[in-house]
Amino acid sequence: MMGLPRRPRGTAWTKRREGEDVTATVGRQAQAAARASEVWKVYGSGEAQVIALRGVSCEFEQGRFTAIMGPSGSGKSTLMHCLAGLDSVTRGTVSIGETTVTGLGDAGLTKLRRDQVGFIFQQFNLLPTLTAKENILLPLSIAGRKPDQAWFDTVIETVGLRDRLGHRPAQLSGGQQQRVACARALVSRPQVIFADEPTGNLDSRAGAEVLKFLRNSVREHGQTIVMVTHDPTAAAYADRVVFLADGEIVSELIQPTAETVLDTMKKLDTQVEVGD
Amino acid sequence: MFRATLKSLLARKLRLLLSGLAVVLGVMFVSGAFVLTDTLGRSFDAVFADAYEGVDVNVSAKPRLEVGDFEGEAVAAPVPAETVERIRGLAGVADATGIVAADGARLIGSNGKVVTSFGPPQIGANWVGVSDLVQLREGREPQAADEILVNAALAKAGRVAVGDRVGVLTLEPKQEFTIVGVFGYSGGRDSIGGVNEIMFTTPVAQQLMLGQGDAFTNVTVTAADGVTNDRLRDDIAAALGADFEVKTGAELSADAAATLKEGLSFFNRILLGFAAVALLVGTFLIINTFSIIVAQRTRELALMRAVGAGRRQIIGSVILESVAVGLLASVLGLGAGVGIGALLAYLFGNLSGGLDLAGIAVPPAAVIGAFGVGLIITVVAALLPALRASRIPPIAAMQDVATPDRPLTKITVAGAAVTSTGATLLFLGLGGHAGDNALITILGGVLFAFIGVALLTPMISRPVVGLLGGIFSWWMPGKLGRLNSGRNPRRTAITAAALMVGIALVTGVTVILDSAKSSISGLVQEKINAELVIAGAQTGPRPSTFDPAVLEQTAALPEVALVGGAYGDLAQVGDERTWVGANTNVSMLTQIFGARATAGDISRLGPDQMLISSDVAASRGLSVGSTVPVQLARAEAKTYTVSGIYEAAEFLDPITLPATAAQGFTIPQPMMGFIQLTPGAQAADVLPQVETLLADSPEVSVADQGAFVEQQTEPLDGLLRMIQILLMLAIVIAVLGIINTLALSVLERTRELGLLRAVGLGRAQTMGMITVEAVVISVFGALLGIAVGSGLGAAVVEALRDEGITDLVLPWADMGAMVGLGALVGVLAAVIPAVRAARIDVLGAIAHD
Ligand SMILES: Nc1ncnc2c1ncn2[C@@H]1O[C@H](COP(=O)(O)OP(=O)(O)O)[C@@H](O)[C@H]1O
Ligand SMILES: [Mg+2]
Repeated sequence: MMGLPRRPRGTAWTKRREGEDVTATVGRQAQAAARASEVWKVYGSGEAQVIALRGVSCEFEQGRFTAIMGPSGSGKSTLMHCLAGLDSVTRGTVSIGETTVTGLGDAGLTKLRRDQVGFIFQQFNLLPTLTAKENILLPLSIAGRKPDQAWFDTVIETVGLRDRLGHRPAQLSGGQQQRVACARALVSRPQVIFADEPTGNLDSRAGAEVLKFLRNSVREHGQTIVMVTHDPTAAAYADRVVFLADGEIVSELIQPTAETVLDTMKKLDTQVEVGD
Repeated sequence: MFRATLKSLLARKLRLLLSGLAVVLGVMFVSGAFVLTDTLGRSFDAVFADAYEGVDVNVSAKPRLEVGDFEGEAVAAPVPAETVERIRGLAGVADATGIVAADGARLIGSNGKVVTSFGPPQIGANWVGVSDLVQLREGREPQAADEILVNAALAKAGRVAVGDRVGVLTLEPKQEFTIVGVFGYSGGRDSIGGVNEIMFTTPVAQQLMLGQGDAFTNVTVTAADGVTNDRLRDDIAAALGADFEVKTGAELSADAAATLKEGLSFFNRILLGFAAVALLVGTFLIINTFSIIVAQRTRELALMRAVGAGRRQIIGSVILESVAVGLLASVLGLGAGVGIGALLAYLFGNLSGGLDLAGIAVPPAAVIGAFGVGLIITVVAALLPALRASRIPPIAAMQDVATPDRPLTKITVAGAAVTSTGATLLFLGLGGHAGDNALITILGGVLFAFIGVALLTPMISRPVVGLLGGIFSWWMPGKLGRLNSGRNPRRTAITAAALMVGIALVTGVTVILDSAKSSISGLVQEKINAELVIAGAQTGPRPSTFDPAVLEQTAALPEVALVGGAYGDLAQVGDERTWVGANTNVSMLTQIFGARATAGDISRLGPDQMLISSDVAASRGLSVGSTVPVQLARAEAKTYTVSGIYEAAEFLDPITLPATAAQGFTIPQPMMGFIQLTPGAQAADVLPQVETLLADSPEVSVADQGAFVEQQTEPLDGLLRMIQILLMLAIVIAVLGIINTLALSVLERTRELGLLRAVGLGRAQTMGMITVEAVVISVFGALLGIAVGSGLGAAVVEALRDEGITDLVLPWADMGAMVGLGALVGVLAAVIPAVRAARIDVLGAIAHD
């Protein structure tokens, strides 16, 4: 790691909003559902070297809906992938619940993904050969576990897909597909659900439905969700927003609204322009 | 356009290589066949050029009985000794030598078994001294009647040496001789073209090889100085008249080589059969590969269309790819074919006792065949996908890649049409309505049936694959695999069809052979009223025979009620060449074969009388009292009177001559013996006694009915084994096809695999999923093959009903084994794609655009 270029720290980028403190949030919840500490992620080497994450430390409390925001290329997806064990970190550690993700082999990672993590991707979330119901139950079937019928019913009820369970993805609208994906992530009750731009491909109405649904599952069922987005309206559904820029956490908002998120983004934008 | 094509080719080299491999194999067999026959042909030329080197002109008598190409070798009539003297006295003749040389001198080796040559003749000849060709290697010339010389190849094969006392079978049963010398040929060769040769003194050779003294098989003549061979030939021919054939040494050697080359066409046909299977399966593979390539490139091709490429250009680009693949495959196949041809020629040369091989050359036919077949097959196979590519609308560039499932109606209708064409052809060919074109019609029918079923396969695949996959549905990866295999019915179908061909061939042949065996065994039990049978398994063109004295000795055994020996040969009967039989004992007809008289008396047969079957009587308009002239191979023509007619039945000869006539047959020894026991006698007790009596007839053995059927149907097993080798070949190609299809599926579904891995599918489970997909496809192919093969086999059996094949036997155990084989093929083919799938980088797959 000696060769890594280091940015001078403690610049205006990392200054937090008045009255808020990242460490303070830890006290509210007994335990973090996911945690990154001093995570570096470097792609390639030499000329082509790209540093996607520069020592990111962050915690995601249980039962909270956290949004990760930042301009394109700021490292949001990379951070999420590292947290979820989909990608390895160059340096630092990541843990999900009690499990230290860093250093797990393929079998360990597979088990982690199967039992502790749920995913919602921007698109292509579903297997075209399976019906909606089969897609929802996929992680459980793979693990060879029986679904909890009551919980399954609850999930289906909240997603509002009862009459679509026998349909295949091709027969569902984009919004419905994303709701199936949400149901799939929820049904195995993972430690944490990671969602990468889940509404990126949806119109605003369908997007709002999905986001409401995600927020409800946090409020009503205590699910932990980490969502990557670049849409301030989407971020406003979260309990907390973490801002990334150039691979570092530069700001954070608690109980955001679309306006406060937009404000923060604008501010960061000008700082970047000044910085460059 | 050209450059774009080349680039896309390079990008897909592995896939094209896999499908090209099938074409390589096909081309390999085609060119290998030509190289083999060319090499062996030139080797034979050299052999005979050598053998007739010292002969200027050869004189032989016209055979009494002309024999067709496929019926065997004609027996030349003997040339009387005085004719040799006459020739010697003719002008322009320097010398004339009477030669006795005929096939059928069989040495009993030191292990007590007859030494076989596996094809080349076993010549018995008279010793006429050393020459430019024949060289005495060891010992001396034969002087006494019981002295012989053997050629070095025979000495080696029989493990005998100078001084050994050995038995030799000829026209006569076993006689004992002392080997007094071993000879070889110019150039240090042990044999010429694998021929085994025994030299007797002239009188003995005449007696044993010709069956009469003072005569020769042919006369070799050397021309006096200044007389050309052609001139001498014409002079001798004019002097001797029309009863003799006079040829120059060169003509004789060309004729002899031509006869052998005729036999080579057999190898040619086998190899071309292999090629046909490889190419048929390969065609499926190529169609599949190009279809997939086109499907994958839909966007790219649409973009080309959008920026102005015409339909023809799109077709051209796909065809260009196929031409490149075809060319490459042809070149590789030609190379491999030369190798295979050379290898087979070498093996053949060694097997047949040391044929000196001419140098390997690549005949123009091999090159033309290779490129013709390789290119045409590839391009034709790519044609459909190319047309489909040209129909991609430019708008597809802007749409999602997922093309909707096209309806299967058209392809199913086409399949039904082609299948019924095949069925019709089969019906015509098997039913005997196609006349001389029966074989072509049947082969065409099989080909059409295969293609037709392949076209129907997508339709059939839906329910069958669903049902098959049901077996795996309890397991999530299994269920996913099953669903995947049902996703693209066309692709699944054509992949399975490749496997179908091989399995169908084996199943069909097995059905036919098993039915034949069962029918034969049933017939033997029903129609042959004899507990023990003396017979031999035929190892060459010459049937096995035994000493008729054994029959008399057997008859003397107290447990034996009736014994009879059966002779047979082709003969000219009236104006037709037909099979005639003779029995040592005329009561065999009724007692052993259950013959029923329809006219006259069949319990007696005088020396000038003959019995005929009711079929012959009907077709020739003969009745009791009719007279018929009969020309046998070794006897003067003679007229027989029909004294009785029996109802035609299996095992009854169409024409039965008296036992005395058998001395005029090509092989005047019995080929089979039938032994009926007295009531209460045990076959197991009598068998060893007869075995002892047969000690001097090592070509045959005595067996009970069960063992007899086994022995007689053994050649069928050889045929089956050959088809099984074909199956292996077809399976190898089918495996390539499955690998190809799966590898593509894995590639196409990278994102899905990533998703599955993301939601917790383990590596082993991923591999399991791919394996199930492969197994479902391959077992489907195996089932199809079994169904099609059983159908074809049953059709042939039905057609052979009149030939006595009355039982239809379905080989359930073999079929089960083939389903197992299909599953195994699937598992094997899945390995590489499964490992690939398991190694997919989850993140990369999801991030995949
Ligand atoms: N596989 C990779 N190889 C090289 N660079 C990468 C790779 N993935 C991401 N990056 C780079 O890392 C940085 C962060 O990317 P990403 O996390 O995808 O950003 P975001 O999701 O915020 O748009 C970008 O500069 C991107 O180009
Ligand atoms: Mg991103």
